[in-house]
Amino acid sequence: MKQSRFWAWLVFGIGAAYFLIPLIATFEFSLRMRRGYYSFDSYASVFSDPKFQQTFTYSAVIGLLSIIVGILVVVPAVYFVRLRMAWLRPYVEFLTLLPLIIPAIILVYGYIRLYNSSSIIPFTGSAVGTDILLTFAYVTLALPYMYRAVDTGMRTIDVQTLTEAAQIAGASTPQIIGRIILPNILVAVLSGAFLTFAIVIGEFTIASLLNRPAFGPYLQNIGANRAYEPAALAIISFIITWGAMSMINLLSRFAPRTSARTD
Amino acid sequence: MAEFLRVDNLVKSFGTTTVVKGVNFTFNKGEFVSLLGPSGCGKTTILRMIAGFENPTSGSITVDGQDITHLKPNQRQLGMVFQAYALFPNLNVGDNIAFGLKIAGMPAEQRRARVEEMLKLIGLPGFEKRYPYEMSGGQQQRVALARAIAPRPRMLLLDEPLSALDAKIRVSLREEIRAIQLDLGITTIFVTHDQEEALSISDRVVVMNAGNIDQLGAPHEIYNKPATRFVATFVGHLNTIEATVASAANHQVNIDGQTVTLPSLPSGAKDNAPISLTLRPEVLSVGERAGSDIALTGTVSDVTFLGSVIRVRVALGKNIISLDTFNDQRTAPPARGDAITVSLASKDLLIL
Repeated sequence: MKQSRFWAWLVFGIGAAYFLIPLIATFEFSLRMRRGYYSFDSYASVFSDPKFQQTFTYSAVIGLLSIIVGILVVVPAVYFVRLRMAWLRPYVEFLTLLPLIIPAIILVYGYIRLYNSSSIIPFTGSAVGTDILLTFAYVTLALPYMYRAVDTGMRTIDVQTLTEAAQIAGASTPQIIGRIILPNILVAVLSGAFLTFAIVIGEFTIASLLNRPAFGPYLQNIGANRAYEPAALAIISFIITWGAMSMINLLSRFAPRTSARTD
Repeated sequence: MAEFLRVDNLVKSFGTTTVVKGVNFTFNKGEFVSLLGPSGCGKTTILRMIAGFENPTSGSITVDGQDITHLKPNQRQLGMVFQAYALFPNLNVGDNIAFGLKIAGMPAEQRRARVEEMLKLIGLPGFEKRYPYEMSGGQQQRVALARAIAPRPRMLLLDEPLSALDAKIRVSLREEIRAIQLDLGITTIFVTHDQEEALSISDRVVVMNAGNIDQLGAPHEIYNKPATRFVATFVGHLNTIEATVASAANHQVNIDGQTVTLPSLPSGAKDNAPISLTLRPEVLSVGERAGSDIALTGTVSDVTFLGSVIRVRVALGKNIISLDTFNDQRTAPPARGDAITVSLASKDLLIL
């Protein structure tokens, strides 16, 4: 018993060291901006840079828009597939996995070819159009995560019976999705939303090739030209991502509970 | 009574399988009718077609003179209670009951009053802030009933609402459902596979078998005068005695070497031909009894003590029949292997 616990701790220790040592080293390096002693100067430098605020705000806004569009596309799609077209499920699952298989660089070149300023839908012809295109690209990138989160959420409720109960009470399909289905899978949707946000905040390829002032290209630019700030930015990015993941955990406690009692 | 629900030549097929085969019936306003039958007989499919969850392959459904065959479920003004309760987990009891009212656009004050009225009706006043997961199955199903009747639907549909509950709650809740139905006078269709449930609370029972209606009638008619062998065996316990016709002219049959005279025999009966006789356990008595014109002797093969009732199994040659007798504390029940005389009235024998 004791021996098995020792090996378990050893494996855990190696795993933790694998993840934590680079993080600690990066954090330690980010504090060395001033010679001779540790300081948070690199963080002060990052936060005082107006470009940091601009790019972060831009990515946060695009992230929120991507979440909204993602929810509007994915929730009804999963709902109808589960309710009326169960046979379509394997195909939809395959389709949602494609963004994991197709590299972002290919996706963005495809977009540029299809939606350039001389095409029928010239998204890249204006800044707003490019922002819309970027949002759609991020919805696609986050699709595997959003789809799985929503699908898992719907698996925990009896979609068909709840739909029928609401229908017979007079509700229309939008009312059923808005008032019954969505609130009951809200935690799952939010976990998909946080994953989307985490992806959008750090994404470089698409934002860079569409030439948008996003946080990812800013990170890359700082990394190429400064010494200590990139380390500080890496830690900040990690905290943002970690915070988003923690929110998923926290929110799962507020999921509506179902009962199987028969007494 | 006025005709309220009319179902004409209702057919439902899934692929090549036809699960409802041209069903016709009419229910009166305020009636409580049960659709009774084994799994797969089509009873739930009929209910779901009435609710609008399934489209009939052919046929029509009319409620209160309005053809609802092709209306969407949310346009039919019906209430439904499901086997799995189907309360909305994100809403508390009050909001669950008020759901249909809110959809219909009833003002908040009226909604509150109606919810309070419904909670009183189902015996759960003060429960409006509770969530479904905080309640027992019986309480949840009461709330589901209140939610279904709160918007004053034209008709109430109950899809095996008691199946998920334990035995004791099942009995008390079915009595409550019946009391509420009588109180409101709402036309109700109750789907069940439990014959005791159907017989105990219904005005009429529809017995279904393989997509067809075998019999539609009052519970006592279904039980006492089953139209088919299926109805007789599905509703209540039925003894079957394999006999031979001793004399078709004199209506005599031979049971295990004992000759019995019946009031009548089927017109095609021939001497020495086999014939199946059926009878309910409760029409048999132990020993000779006034009013009984048939006495048969056999051997006790098994005795089951059920409390107030004792079920005795009697071997009449190859035939084993069951009879129910009340427990008498002053006399011991028959023992296995005892010789026994059982008596019955010939009019209680059914030839199906």
